[in-house]
Amino acid sequence: MSGTMQLTLKVWRQRGPDADGALQEYQATDVSPDMSFLEMLDVVNERLIEKGEVPIAFDHDCREGICGSCGVMINGVAHGPAKGTAACQLHMRSFRSGETLVIEPWRARAFPVIKDLVVNRGALDRIIGAGGYVSVSTGGAKDGNIIPVPKPDADAAMDAAACIGCGACVAACPNGSASLFTSAKISHLGLLPQGQPERYRRALKMVAQMDIESFGGCTLFGECQEACPKEISIDFI
Amino acid sequence: MTIDLKARIPAGPLPEKWDRHRFDMKLVNPANKRKHTVIVVGSGLAGGAAAATLSELGYNVRCYCYQDSPRRAHSIAAQGGINAAKNYQNDGDSIQRLFYDTIKGGDFRAREGNVYRLAQISVNIIDQCVAQGVPFAREYGGLLANRSFGGAQVSRTFYARGQTGQQLLLGAYQALEKEIAKGGVTMFPRAEMLDLIVVNGRARGIVVRDEVTGTIEPHLADAVVLATGGYGNVFYLSTNAKGCNATAIWRAYKRGAAFANPCFTQIHPTCIPVAGEHQSKLTLMSESLRNDGRVWVPKRTEDCAMAPGDIPEQDRDYFLERKYPSFGNLSPRDIASRAAKEVCDEGRGVGPGGRGVYLDFADAIRRVGEDRIRERYGNLFEMYQRITDENPYQVPMRIYPAVHYTMGGLWVDYNLMSTIPGLHVAGEANFSDHGANRLGASALMQGLADGYFVLPNTLGDYIASNKLEPVAADAPEVQAAVTDVAARTKRLLTVKGSRTVASFHRELGKIMWEHCGMARSAEGLRTALELIPKLREEFWRDVMVPGEGADLNQTLEHAGRVADFLELGELMCRDALHREESCGGHFRLEYQTPDGEARRDDEHFAYVAAWEYAGETRPPVLNTEPLVYENIKLSQRSYK
Amino acid sequence: MWALTLYRSTIGKKAIMAVTGLLLVVFVIGHMAGNLQVFLGAAKMNAYASFLKSLGEFLWVARLLLLVALVLHVLMAWQLTQIKRNARPIDYARRDPQVSTVASRTMRWGGVLLLVFIVFHILHFTTGTVFPAASTADAMYPAWSAADVYGNIISAFRTPWVAAVYVVAMLFLMLHLFHGAWSSVRTLGLTRPSAHPLHRRVATVVAIVVWLGFSVIPVAVFLGVIR
Ligand SMILES: Cc1cc2nc3c(=O)[nH]c(=O)nc-3n(C[C@H](O)[C@H](O)[C@H](O)COP(=O)(O)OP(=O)(O)OC[C@H]3O[C@@H](n4cnc5c(N)ncnc54)[C@H](O)[C@@H]3O)c2cc1C
Ligand code: HEM
Ligand code: HEM
Ligand code: SF4
Ligand code: F3S
Ligand code: FES
Repeated sequence: MSGTMQLTLKVWRQRGPDADGALQEYQATDVSPDMSFLEMLDVVNERLIEKGEVPIAFDHDCREGICGSCGVMINGVAHGPAKGTAACQLHMRSFRSGETLVIEPWRARAFPVIKDLVVNRGALDRIIGAGGYVSVSTGGAKDGNIIPVPKPDADAAMDAAACIGCGACVAACPNGSASLFTSAKISHLGLLPQGQPERYRRALKMVAQMDIESFGGCTLFGECQEACPKEISIDFI
Repeated sequence: MTIDLKARIPAGPLPEKWDRHRFDMKLVNPANKRKHTVIVVGSGLAGGAAAATLSELGYNVRCYCYQDSPRRAHSIAAQGGINAAKNYQNDGDSIQRLFYDTIKGGDFRAREGNVYRLAQISVNIIDQCVAQGVPFAREYGGLLANRSFGGAQVSRTFYARGQTGQQLLLGAYQALEKEIAKGGVTMFPRAEMLDLIVVNGRARGIVVRDEVTGTIEPHLADAVVLATGGYGNVFYLSTNAKGCNATAIWRAYKRGAAFANPCFTQIHPTCIPVAGEHQSKLTLMSESLRNDGRVWVPKRTEDCAMAPGDIPEQDRDYFLERKYPSFGNLSPRDIASRAAKEVCDEGRGVGPGGRGVYLDFADAIRRVGEDRIRERYGNLFEMYQRITDENPYQVPMRIYPAVHYTMGGLWVDYNLMSTIPGLHVAGEANFSDHGANRLGASALMQGLADGYFVLPNTLGDYIASNKLEPVAADAPEVQAAVTDVAARTKRLLTVKGSRTVASFHRELGKIMWEHCGMARSAEGLRTALELIPKLREEFWRDVMVPGEGADLNQTLEHAGRVADFLELGELMCRDALHREESCGGHFRLEYQTPDGEARRDDEHFAYVAAWEYAGETRPPVLNTEPLVYENIKLSQRSYK
Repeated sequence: MWALTLYRSTIGKKAIMAVTGLLLVVFVIGHMAGNLQVFLGAAKMNAYASFLKSLGEFLWVARLLLLVALVLHVLMAWQLTQIKRNARPIDYARRDPQVSTVASRTMRWGGVLLLVFIVFHILHFTTGTVFPAASTADAMYPAWSAADVYGNIISAFRTPWVAAVYVVAMLFLMLHLFHGAWSSVRTLGLTRPSAHPLHRRVATVVAIVVWLGFSVIPVAVFLGVIR
């Protein structure tokens, strides 16, 4: 395809949870536009390793935009410029050669930095643990077709359930609020008859947990929806 | 043969085996369950379901995963769907038929007993998931919808858009988080199992490295479950997540667990081809595309560089339609993959590196119109364009086969227990149900069957029928295992050579793909068996792992995994070389029918090959478990 | 008890915020209607004013209500802002807002400005403590008089900077309402999901009407349309 690109990266480097970090500059030379953003980081890292330097730590796994592991702020935008796209599915052709990219971790009290671009998102798991489930134990479930679910409800529930738990909504929110993530789960289960019985208890407990984890409140800035790789709508909030 | 492989299939007619067995199994007194600790490594469909269910039953569970959250297990990536013999469509489906399709799809290399149980349980899985709030696709009438999948003539696949695996996993994950909040499960994310602890011949714990602090510690229990997924990443490029690894099962193998059918790997025909050296993983394009897409390459090598649109009809070779007139573009995965490789080997491949074939929707668009096509595959077309920057509505897609799934794994009996008492293995990590080739939408079914319904029963039987004295943290076996891991980790960090871990991984992948991939030959496999040990030797001499072990060090994690792949790859080639027949995903060029089809040898190879570790210096020992078919008569698969 | 939990939780604070906010909106609209009577001449206006005053204790009840609302509103605003600060101790080196409106991002200090304005405003009109006499020579209505509200208004806005202060204040009020009137309704969950969650016709109308309604008065007076 089209020729290679040269980029300047300003990457947040931080040794450990307690160390203080800083932006460091790196050159990403002959980058192919067909590379994904993470593959570009791979290349930068391999060169660092060849020089015996410690590579940039970042979370990733599926590289298909579904596991929710990846995610960084690219020039102040969560998951970078492409809408509805996780960092691992973002391709370098979205950038111009010669550009400078500022790359930072998610920032929120509830997401302490572990190293470089890697943060601890355990708070999201605890929000689910607080009530983001249907209280049924394995076995004894009735036939799946006993309670019909209107297609529109099933579809709406699926829209909300598509959340991949990446935390970009929190990162993008000026208040550092986890409202989009939480409301997505509350709506997913609340929209289905199986989730109805517990819905009030669920909502209260999850919202309370959100405060305990010291996320901010929602004042409907709407940034989260824009950052969400699954384009979850703030209507769920 | 040094271990005798007791499959422990219960007596009696197929349909009654599981019920009888459940009645015969011993139960653990509910009051005592809390006193028993179970370790579950893995939080995917198999591990997550098992951990949650065991905790619901009252056991004291400890669950481990290498990601930062259990919800990220690779099961999340499954797209297509999950099979179940519900027969909601009333199209003649039944447990018997699902059982038969699965055995046949596996090219008659799986156990009747296990597969029949799988088909029986498939029905409960759907009910369980619906109750959990999994948003399966519905008809307007509100009932569950189905789609058809490869290898079956009935419509029995349940799905949630293109994210079935995600929704099923989130169901299990939510149950798991529920139990974690209750205190029944202790979750250890960012924790990697690096060894198995065996005391008096029983699995009693694991050695774990905390990926954040780097501390290496023993974790002890009454029983251990491995649900650590597949080892497709041996090939470097695969549809698996970057972190998928064989470490857990490989260390278990080196502690005495037999490894079954390592060479049975599935190669999926429709993936997005490699774009360049930088390629880090391959992305699957759903099989369903082949319903409307026509697969072709130019007839002449010279034309390959031309724009597809400029190549006239008569110069195109629709090779699947030519070779398999009756199944055409819908011939099964292994067949379609091999055909694509052949034409590319002839130099007629298209795209960068000549490793790709066209999947052309022009006819379909002409036939039903672009809108209908968008309706059917819109999201897939978008994903394709996002990655390749080409518009598949105008230019044909380029696809190429990629490693997708590993049927082989640790050998287990009917109770999912390995050859080490107390070590149970579930999901893709075991070898149990798919024989030599897995049908689409049946891995999710197996993972959940193992986790929700089989293990919780059989594990109780093991705990109830064995006297398990507590193990001291300073017991010699425990200390030995910890020192081994520490030493190995230190060794990786002290080589400080000149080559990156990734470069070794890439090279191993090339060797495996070339010689142990879609088409294998004795000669190629022998070459690989020479190359791999050389590469392994160079790895330990010249690998570069920067940093220390006392913090988050992703290069160190990768290095450990590649080190294990470098050993596993050799075993795979050994197994492939010994199996002198072609079956399912294992195709040996020497063993094909005159018209190029797989030629099975039921007389000599209707068995499970279970390899036993014999030490660094001695070659592994082959043990075999004969496969007896009482209910099905073996036949040749033909798709002409 | 439930009131306490409500007060403690972020959502609760937001609800209070919204309710008090809406109360204020209602008042402001009413107040605007009232004020617009200046166009109907001195008699009408003063009549209205004295009518208000004649309500006696009712008026005080109203005032008290307003005061409480305002105090709560500001208090919540303050607390929410603290929570937010706490939620992101380290800010980004670079951030690039995508869709959030100027209004939404100026709620806080915009609100503070409003507070300042209101204080000034009460001292100005209600008590007359601060009442810069009209600068222009032909000032017909020199000093503040509790009886002649009409006069107060006219003479006040003859002074250029006073008029200016009001107009500017009204701009902030508009911004605040543009976001507030919309978000409060959502906060209280009174909306149906829509295809464009960021659309807000009603709020826009409210905001603009209030802005115009209030601003015309100083402008009109200043340009001498009404004297
Ligand atoms: C792209 C793709 C699409 C697929 N689509 C389908 C489909 O449509 N239908 C279908 O039936 N199947 C499909 N499959 C196959 C199916 O998804 C997998 O076989 C199945 O999900 C495996 O589940 P599992 O629980 O066994 O393992 P996984 O889900 O892979 O879980 C492995 C777990 O083990 C943990 N782990 C691994 N190693 C270690 C270690 N050393 N220490 C600690 N923890 C460890 C991981 O953290 C993870 O939690 C697909 C696979 C892929 C790659
Ligand atoms: C007096 C000083 C004021 C301050 C400090 C202030 C501050 C704030 C703040 C910080 C918010 C929350 C931000 C947000 O939700 O986006 C807010 C919301 C709001 N304000 Fe004010 N404000 C003040 C006066 C007013 C006045 C006079 C009105 C009415 C005319 C008003 C109406 C509203 C409304 C309707 C909301 C929306 C509540 C919500 O979003 O839930 N405010 N204000
Ligand atoms: C051009 C715009 C405005 C004009 C001409 C105006 C005029 C007045 C007048 C004349 C009074 C005194 C009434 C009396 O003493 O009987 C008054 C009181 C008051 N105004 Fe305004 N006002 C304006 C805008 C506003 C705005 C925008 C707000 C709030 C956001 C506001 C809030 C108040 C309050 C709280 C009082 C005190 C009411 C009371 O005494 O009970 N005003 N205003
Ligand atoms: S709501 Fe969107 S942004 Fe937030 S966690 Fe889920 S997927 Fe990520
Ligand atoms: S950006 Fe933040 S303020 Fe609400 S709408 Fe989204 S959570
Ligand atoms: S790596 Fe899985 S979502 Fe990006």
